[in-house]
Amino acid sequence: MRRLLGQPLVLALLGAVVIIVVLTGVDDFRAVQLTQMAYLGIAAGGLTVLTGLNGQISLGHGALMAIGAYTTALLLQDDEPTLPLLAVLVVATVVTLVVGAAIGVAAARLHGPYLAGATLALAVAVPGIALYFGDTLGGEQGLRVRVPDPPGWLLDAAYFVTGQDLTPSTYVAFLGWFVLVVTYVGLAHLSRGRVGRRWRAVRDDEVAAEVAGIALGRARVSAFVVSAAAAGAAGFVMAVSVRLAAPSGYSLTLSLMLLTAVVLGGLGTLSGALVGAALLTFLPQVITDAGVSAGLDDIRAAELAPLVYGLVLVAVVLLAPAGLVGSLRLAWHRLRATTTSKGAT
Amino acid sequence: MQQLVNTLLGGLTLGMVYAAFALALVLIWRSTRIVNFAQAPMAMVTTFVALRIIEGGHSYWLGFAAALVAGLVLGAVVERVLIRPVEGKAEINAVILTLGLFIVLHALAAVVFGNRYRSFPAAFGIRGIEVGDTTIALTGFGIFTIVAVLVVMGLLVLLFRFTDLGLRMRAAAFNQEVARLLGVRVGRMLTLGWALASLVGSLAGLLIAGGSLVHPGYMDAVVVYGFVAAVLGGLDSPAGAVVGGLLLGLSLSLVSGYVGSQLVALAALAILMAVLLLRPQGLFSQARERRV
Repeated sequence: MRRLLGQPLVLALLGAVVIIVVLTGVDDFRAVQLTQMAYLGIAAGGLTVLTGLNGQISLGHGALMAIGAYTTALLLQDDEPTLPLLAVLVVATVVTLVVGAAIGVAAARLHGPYLAGATLALAVAVPGIALYFGDTLGGEQGLRVRVPDPPGWLLDAAYFVTGQDLTPSTYVAFLGWFVLVVTYVGLAHLSRGRVGRRWRAVRDDEVAAEVAGIALGRARVSAFVVSAAAAGAAGFVMAVSVRLAAPSGYSLTLSLMLLTAVVLGGLGTLSGALVGAALLTFLPQVITDAGVSAGLDDIRAAELAPLVYGLVLVAVVLLAPAGLVGSLRLAWHRLRATTTSKGAT
Repeated sequence: MQQLVNTLLGGLTLGMVYAAFALALVLIWRSTRIVNFAQAPMAMVTTFVALRIIEGGHSYWLGFAAALVAGLVLGAVVERVLIRPVEGKAEINAVILTLGLFIVLHALAAVVFGNRYRSFPAAFGIRGIEVGDTTIALTGFGIFTIVAVLVVMGLLVLLFRFTDLGLRMRAAAFNQEVARLLGVRVGRMLTLGWALASLVGSLAGLLIAGGSLVHPGYMDAVVVYGFVAAVLGGLDSPAGAVVGGLLLGLSLSLVSGYVGSQLVALAALAILMAVLLLRPQGLFSQARERRV
């Protein structure tokens, strides 16, 4: 039973049931929030595989999301969509994957702070491209995204299952969580299999990995490509959700938020990435409200949330390098180890 | 022709600021093998300290000096409290830590000083100097910028080359174990190195702010340019940082003048990638063997 529950596909099916139950019960506002959690979770999942399993840090995943989002926006300009939404998702993912491969080839030769600096430059540079090619990419205002209506059979099916009409926000939320589940199943399979073992081997000891016959460059580039594809899919969901692709949405802040999510949750675990995404989505409102009731004006209170994230980020690195989920897991293992050893004696 | 001259003069002034900022990064890299991504927000906070003092009715120079002192103290405190526990640990910890500090300082400045754009005064004229009947793009404040950076660099050279303290700092940066055996208080030297670097960063922040607008994010792009300049010269070489800063300032100024200011960051990224792929050790640094 334990073994069965540990399988990604089984987990994904259970997750799908939970998602359907949760999403049918929420209003539009919560649906939008849950979509935000979904796209942050997808991108964070990709990043946690790259940073946690392969040891490459990327501050440029916000920029990769922008590439997915702008591809989506360019394909969804007309009132009559030329491509079905899932095809747009595939194109956005593939375009980001190709860009990610180009960056990954360069990144594979860098390490530590050099890689961080180069991807930081990427995060700062990409919004400028949208401004420079303002005619096609919409400049500061950005591009509007026209989301096609859900197909008739889906509306019927949704009504049949849930007994409620599917609102546009809930439709997009379902779409986002569908992408999240597919992405996480893929990432989980990759990281458990041979590919994931290679990534971890490269992270832990380059020399040993190379002696064991692993091509370092190929392992690094493949990790970056997979991670970039996830970011592209996340960019698609984000564009469809906010119905806009504008430079201000893909600033350095977004990249740093993603890094915060994976570090908070615990590097290298998908559950940690999801927990981190949930914290980034739902905590700001709580903190901002607390700030307002403490007497700050709205604009300053809105800055309290990043302040808390930053402080937690610093605290996690100093006190609990395994992240929240990782630390809990360690504590759990320790607890079990002590109880079993007590039982043995 | 006139446009070229003006572009190059603008690039020279900008390059001096990047050079100072790159120098701050190099000072920290040499002593602790950490790239301080929080350098820009640290400088930003000290600039706001200066702005507070100047807006409080005190002179520009009092604010200037206070910002430099604040930078010195901030650098020392950050090294002592936050950086010391991660020194010598995995590289990624220090990177994430400095980025966390980046977010904290950013948000803190927005909470304390507000998130809007505010104008920062300049000590000297910010109109171009007139040569004959044409105005060239070198301002009084631009000249001050160049002189200030040159003076600070001169002082650093004097410190590191000709004083006992500088020798001890270099020893601590070169080999901690040996320096410790020879009686150098390595911990104090590292703290001092961070403090000095932070001071130089504050200077760069004040020079960028002078005569223009400041808000909590005004230095964000500069940390990228400073990093590119430092890598261009070789992260290990202070002289390289200066040359790298000047080269970068000139190239980015040309891109801004002739292609479009929106692509400046992209040009910086292209330069960074070219350097890292063609000559990873930078223009001035000695190549060092790295396993694999």
